[in-house]
Amino acid sequence: MTLAITTQLDCKGLACPMPIVKTAQAMKTLRPGERIEVLATDRGALKDFVAWAKATGNRLIEQTQEGEVLHFVLEKKGVTL
Amino acid sequence: MPARVIVLGGGVGGTLAANLISKELGAEAKVTVVDATGMHLYQPGFLYVALDQANALWLTRDERTLLRKQVDLIVDQATMIDAVAQTVTLARSGTLSYDYLVLATGSRLDRDAVPGYADTHDFYSLDGALRLREALRRFEGGRILLGVAGIPYKCPPAPVEFVLMAEEYLRKRGVRENSSVTLLSPLNRAFTIESASKLVQPIFDRRGIGLTTFFNVESVDAKARTVTSLEGETAEYDLLILVPPHKGAAVVMDSGLGDAGGWIPTDRNTLAHTAHERIFAIGDATDLPISKSGSTAHFEAPIVASRIASFIRGTAPKAVYGGRVMCFLETGGGRATSLRFDYAHPPVPPQPSRLWHWAKWIFNRAYWVTVPQGRVG
Repeated sequence: MTLAITTQLDCKGLACPMPIVKTAQAMKTLRPGERIEVLATDRGALKDFVAWAKATGNRLIEQTQEGEVLHFVLEKKGVTL
Repeated sequence: MPARVIVLGGGVGGTLAANLISKELGAEAKVTVVDATGMHLYQPGFLYVALDQANALWLTRDERTLLRKQVDLIVDQATMIDAVAQTVTLARSGTLSYDYLVLATGSRLDRDAVPGYADTHDFYSLDGALRLREALRRFEGGRILLGVAGIPYKCPPAPVEFVLMAEEYLRKRGVRENSSVTLLSPLNRAFTIESASKLVQPIFDRRGIGLTTFFNVESVDAKARTVTSLEGETAEYDLLILVPPHKGAAVVMDSGLGDAGGWIPTDRNTLAHTAHERIFAIGDATDLPISKSGSTAHFEAPIVASRIASFIRGTAPKAVYGGRVMCFLETGGGRATSLRFDYAHPPVPPQPSRLWHWAKWIFNRAYWVTVPQGRVG
């Protein structure tokens, strides 16, 4: 079963590495399998989220762009409910 | 009657803005600086003190000696700002009224936000730098870790500079062979700016400096001598140095003029408070997504001074801030590089050389007689 997005995080206007740090903080509050949606405008986030997900084992589920706003959906690692 | 300009904070930005407004407007303005200590600190020197390359003497000056004689200095703590009544309340000296207010209130260290912080060291205050210097002098080998415990923090290159300079320090002391030096980076590279990261990575490799990626420090266990990250990793240390979490000034937070972290919502070009046109912000105090550094404050102060002078004279303000920042980055071995950038242009750092090291050294020495007075642009 796929869980709905439980948390939203607005990192628009924040410079690197703030989106990653804020996401890492927010991820702490999630349970395994829960998802977070992150919005960012820092172009560096494109590469950073891919690398971060790979390094931490959390899954990058979705990555889209609308105008200048980058949109990521990440899922906390662990047993999916 | 002269216009009343109050500047809160006697650091780089506040001192320079006050001097420039006074110089520009002469008798048309009464400029008052309010500073809690009356001592001006040259914070870039902390790094050199911690690594035993400089003593603490040259890092402080009496703020009065750096201000034009026409500028008043009140040594007191501002406790409340009323942006509607246009007043500032001080802890001991009553309430002052302003026509224009400059918030150059800097940032505060929030060491208590990290569980176990007491067992760690930092070079983000003079006391911290002196304590770290003692710890390094006694250090006989082991694992040195440097981690970042909160973002944003002052002087983004400082962690990289520290590990590069510490590695050199250990070699000179003859304890490098039984030691390791590791940077715990919040990202997947040594430095936020990619071009600078690419420049320093080969130096890390050549000198055997470790890099642990995506390690945002969350807590310290003093008994076990371990540090744990938000990402859930744990690392063991013998000497742990942290960049402490930073937050905005108490007076900004208490007056409802900042965001959750105490940073002032600031227009990126005019440097005015986004909700109060007669309040401007400079340096660390702003919420702008650029470096918190003396150089940022140095480049912002003339913009704020020029805009305030225009408003007081009733002319249209022309000066705008383009995000200009300039940092030196020491790479050890008497070499350094420089990072120069603005909102539109990312930095292209030159290869580290002796030239930039000497440029930084000269800047450090000449600071007291140039920057606060507005003699270098």
